[in-house]
Amino acid sequence: MDFTLTSDQEALQEAVRKLCEGRFPMERVRALAEVGGVDRDLWREMADAGVFSLRLSEADGGAALGTAEAALVFEVLGRALVPGPLVWTHLAAGLVPGAAEGDRVVGGLQRQEEPFLVEYPDAIDVLLAVDDDGLWEVDRSRLSARPVSWPLDPLTPAHVAGGLLRGERRGVPGDAARWRLDGAVLTGAYLLGMAAALTEMSVAFAKERQQFDKPIGSFQAIKHILADMFVRTEVARAAVYAAAVNLDEPALGPPARAVAGAKLLAGEAATLNAKAATQVHGGMGFTWEVDVHLYLKRAWVLDTTFGTADDHADVVAGLLG
Amino acid sequence: MDLLWTEEDERFRAELRAWIDQALPKLPAATKREDWDARRERDTTWQRMLYDAGYAGINWPADFGGRGAALSEQLVFYEEITTAGAPDVGVNFVGLLHAGPTIIAEAADDQRARHLPAILKGEEVWCQGFSEPSAGSDLASLRTRAVRDGDDYVINGQKIWTSFAQVSDYCELLVRTDPEAPKHTGITWLILPMDTPGVDVRPLRTVIGSSEFSELYLDDVRVPVANRVGAENDGWRVAMVTFSFERGTSLVSEMAEARRQLDELVKVAKVVTRGSATAWDDVGLRREIGHAAAELDALWNMVKRTVSEAARTGVPGVGASVVKLYYTELIQRIGDLALRVLDRASLSLDDVFDHSGHFVEERLRVLALTIAAGSSQIQRNIIGERILGLPR
Ligand SMILES: Cc1cc2nc3c(=O)[nH]c(=O)nc-3n(C[C@H](O)[C@H](O)[C@H](O)COP(=O)(O)OP(=O)(O)OC[C@H]3O[C@@H](n4cnc5c(N)ncnc54)[C@H](O)[C@@H]3O)c2cc1C
Repeated sequence: MDFTLTSDQEALQEAVRKLCEGRFPMERVRALAEVGGVDRDLWREMADAGVFSLRLSEADGGAALGTAEAALVFEVLGRALVPGPLVWTHLAAGLVPGAAEGDRVVGGLQRQEEPFLVEYPDAIDVLLAVDDDGLWEVDRSRLSARPVSWPLDPLTPAHVAGGLLRGERRGVPGDAARWRLDGAVLTGAYLLGMAAALTEMSVAFAKERQQFDKPIGSFQAIKHILADMFVRTEVARAAVYAAAVNLDEPALGPPARAVAGAKLLAGEAATLNAKAATQVHGGMGFTWEVDVHLYLKRAWVLDTTFGTADDHADVVAGLLG
Repeated sequence: MDLLWTEEDERFRAELRAWIDQALPKLPAATKREDWDARRERDTTWQRMLYDAGYAGINWPADFGGRGAALSEQLVFYEEITTAGAPDVGVNFVGLLHAGPTIIAEAADDQRARHLPAILKGEEVWCQGFSEPSAGSDLASLRTRAVRDGDDYVINGQKIWTSFAQVSDYCELLVRTDPEAPKHTGITWLILPMDTPGVDVRPLRTVIGSSEFSELYLDDVRVPVANRVGAENDGWRVAMVTFSFERGTSLVSEMAEARRQLDELVKVAKVVTRGSATAWDDVGLRREIGHAAAELDALWNMVKRTVSEAARTGVPGVGASVVKLYYTELIQRIGDLALRVLDRASLSLDDVFDHSGHFVEERLRVLALTIAAGSSQIQRNIIGERILGLPR
């Protein structure tokens, strides 16, 4: 047992961090709202860095890495709030031609989650659906879709879709089950990165902002909010990393409980930290200009995907005793 | 990142389990909480059994008679001890987890030779005389005075909240030796034999109704200068060396036990009925229990992370304060859930069914965890200032 990052894992995170710093500074991320959330050139650059193909075998153009490495990558993407259907395209690599290379953008939804809100409708080439019976490629020409003119998260544009049919089968129930687990952990990892970014931006603000002739971070009421943000993030980190490792290592036993706990705690860390960050930023926290609301809104969006907090608490409870 | 136990760890687990299986039946049964002589007898007997089997001082270096186990082996140890329902450190808490490690780190060879083997064998029980009526969170403001007189210190003052004082042989005592110096620099760490004339132990009654801790009155108590650990006026540093230790490691067995208790609670919830359904059929309650279980799982993994970091870097990471803060608040929420499951059975500390009384007693006991060993507020200050770098 050695539950620390290997030097290769650290290097991987560092490489993706550099990519995000160079290609996804916040002005660029915000501008992506104007193009449906995805810029094709940037998407290909992510593909070239291995974001989608990472877990494929080397023969298939991948790096033969595990879910643990994928989670570490998604954590960094979450920090930078990179938009787009990243998790779905990553899951589709190897199944949908062109997904791994970044040539086709793949979106998806859970078929149980009526009303059907299809994310990134103008950016995706392929829409997948997951349900208990398997994976399906939806025939979008037969969907009726009403654009959402005012999406909650400006970086998650959506359509309300009607008449969602299964379409062509792309996987058996076992594939669907595995996608749900992988999807929950990768989404959890992304949320973890968001939670950490929120802590950092709030700590930085609390050191800068002065009231009563002192930095607000010197007031215990603020300091303790920030301490709780940090603690929540670290607990979520342990849960997410452990679940990812569990998915890679069958000898550790069935992963369902660890995965549910990971998504649950990471989702809570991101939403609670975003709300706390809003409070710490005062009036600035309620402005469009400050990034906090973009994190809060994304956290709410992601909390509805690959199982809500309540769903996952129920899963854990069902596995107890 | 690797969460698999090594073959060595697994071999250790198998050996330990086999040993516990045959050793546990030989141990006298647990006694009433308030029967302190019997509690001391049982805890020290178990300690002696561990010693004879080579499991004492699982976390102590081999040079000082401990097992010198790898940190991962320590986790295996705590897991197995709790799974089997074997005793926790009990009255040996201070000796094994605080005074002992301090002596290892800071004491002279003759002091080590005299006390370390005795602690490991369960022959010496220790208590911690740090807190005072006006020095709690602000421990460095302590006032108990020690004045040099020849080869002795003469001590006058009062300590409070001294756990296990009524059954202790020795006390790790913090005294003020230089009242003029800034508060952190006038403190000295002494070994006080509890049978010294002038030491008066007056048990205090806790919310559980028993006396886990006492007041300690010190009236012209003479302690030889030879009992000093570290230099005069260097006691604050000596005490701090092992504080992170107390915060981190001492909670590990407690957490292993909490995992077991939560499983027990689920079993109880599945059988207690309300009207026509069981408590477990209550969707809201069940969901909260699932939530708490996820948090406890995550904290256990956090311990593994902290332990792995410590094994790699040699210093305990940020984990200790984080785990202390989160765990102690979580275990109180779990206690609340237990009371909700028990419903009216929670009126009784006697068992109404199964071990119902134990859950009620635990709910009371864990109230102390967010206060002792650095309150939750102090932990948040530490995290805010030392980890996040926020101004004071
Ligand atoms: C069961 C139990 C066993 C114990 N055993 C021992 C023992 O064996 N030996 C020993 O020496 N001591 C022992 N203690 C004492 C323990 O270490 C103290 O209770 C603890 O340090 C808190 O001090 P206090 O009780 O004086 O509370 P105070 O320090 O007076 O705190 C009261 C409240 O004020 C808050 N507070 C204080 N300072 C700050 C601050 N700077 N910022 C924000 N909030 C603050 C605290 O968080 C708390 O909520 C034990 C305590 C308990 C409950």
